[in-house]
Amino acid sequence: MKIQILGSDCSNCRTMEKHVREAVAELGISAEIEKVTDIQEIMAFGVMSTPTLVLDGEIKSVGRALKKDQIAALLKAKA
Amino acid sequence: MWQQLVDLFVYGMLKLSKDSHFASALDFFIYDTVKIFFLLVVIIFAIAFLRSFFPPEKTKLLLERVPNFLGNILAALLGIVTPFCSCSAVPLFIGFIEAGIPLGVTFSFLVSSPMVNEVALIMLWGLFGWKIALLYIASGLVVAIISGAVIGKLKLEKWVEEYVYKIHGGKGVIEELNFKDRIQYSFGYVGEIVGKVWPYVLVGIALGGFMHGYAPADLLVKYAGPGVWYAVPLAVIIGVPLYSNAAGVIPIVHVLMEKGMAMGTSLAFMMAVTALSLPEAIILRKVLKPKLLATYFSVVAVGIILTGYIFNLIIK
Repeated sequence: MKIQILGSDCSNCRTMEKHVREAVAELGISAEIEKVTDIQEIMAFGVMSTPTLVLDGEIKSVGRALKKDQIAALLKAKA
Repeated sequence: MWQQLVDLFVYGMLKLSKDSHFASALDFFIYDTVKIFFLLVVIIFAIAFLRSFFPPEKTKLLLERVPNFLGNILAALLGIVTPFCSCSAVPLFIGFIEAGIPLGVTFSFLVSSPMVNEVALIMLWGLFGWKIALLYIASGLVVAIISGAVIGKLKLEKWVEEYVYKIHGGKGVIEELNFKDRIQYSFGYVGEIVGKVWPYVLVGIALGGFMHGYAPADLLVKYAGPGVWYAVPLAVIIGVPLYSNAAGVIPIVHVLMEKGMAMGTSLAFMMAVTALSLPEAIILRKVLKPKLLATYFSVVAVGIILTGYIFNLIIK
């Protein structure tokens, strides 16, 4: 699975990235985690607020730092 | 009710004398702290819940449909309810411009959003009462609408970084949240904001309490009273570097007013603290050329200064 986190270097975006990594480790799934900071790439998804979570190209949440269990639920639903 | 409880604690249980400066400062500190934290938790929760209905993506769609000056008004109003953090300023700016929203309308949003913020509002309401909180919102909206309209009239589109016009955004999604998501988001938001501002609130109220107890009542009449013409611009200049510290600054302004600082000067100071921020300017530099950044700051600063003078004239 490809997990993308859209966002600059703000505190919410860092929290989100940390929670994603924890959720992936906990579920023991193999996933490629990518932090997208380039503004042109972020805009290409059509979102204006960060952090945004994208799983296999599909936007799952916009502008909120999700909690670890919320992310885990999304990952499980996808897998 | 709070006041009697706090009085009972300070003068009854701790047995401090009613004439002592220390007791009056302590009484003031405890009373304000309890009240402000109560308001912070309750009101931020309510505001976050309201905001979960207005993601920026939806605000953009609303603004695309209105003509220019109406757009400035709507943008300033939406600035209050759309969640916005300065780290999202760049994608938001590009998203608005790319959707064809006029530059001036975009600026009305960018001015109102940080200025009319929930922490400033709660601190004003808690310490100054709802009339001054409303006055602050109303003047903040007017400054945002007019600054945006002026920037729009100046036709400064050429001073936006060229790459902004080349970006083509995707279709975009508006996330549909359910009730549980909204509640969770609101709790998270309360934790985030209170977690960030609580030290400033405590220090601000402590300093305020100390000055309330010790400084003479007419300390500032001579330097910042209604008769001092340069007090308003000076307050604005001092306010700019204090960004994001509305929480710490407002309790101090409360005491400064009590000691003789004029109403308009105080409002201008608080608006400068919230609306003109150096970190946000640095972030916006990514999309605005220096000339536009400078114009934006100047127009808003002039707007705030004029507001300060007007209030000093009408409120004696």
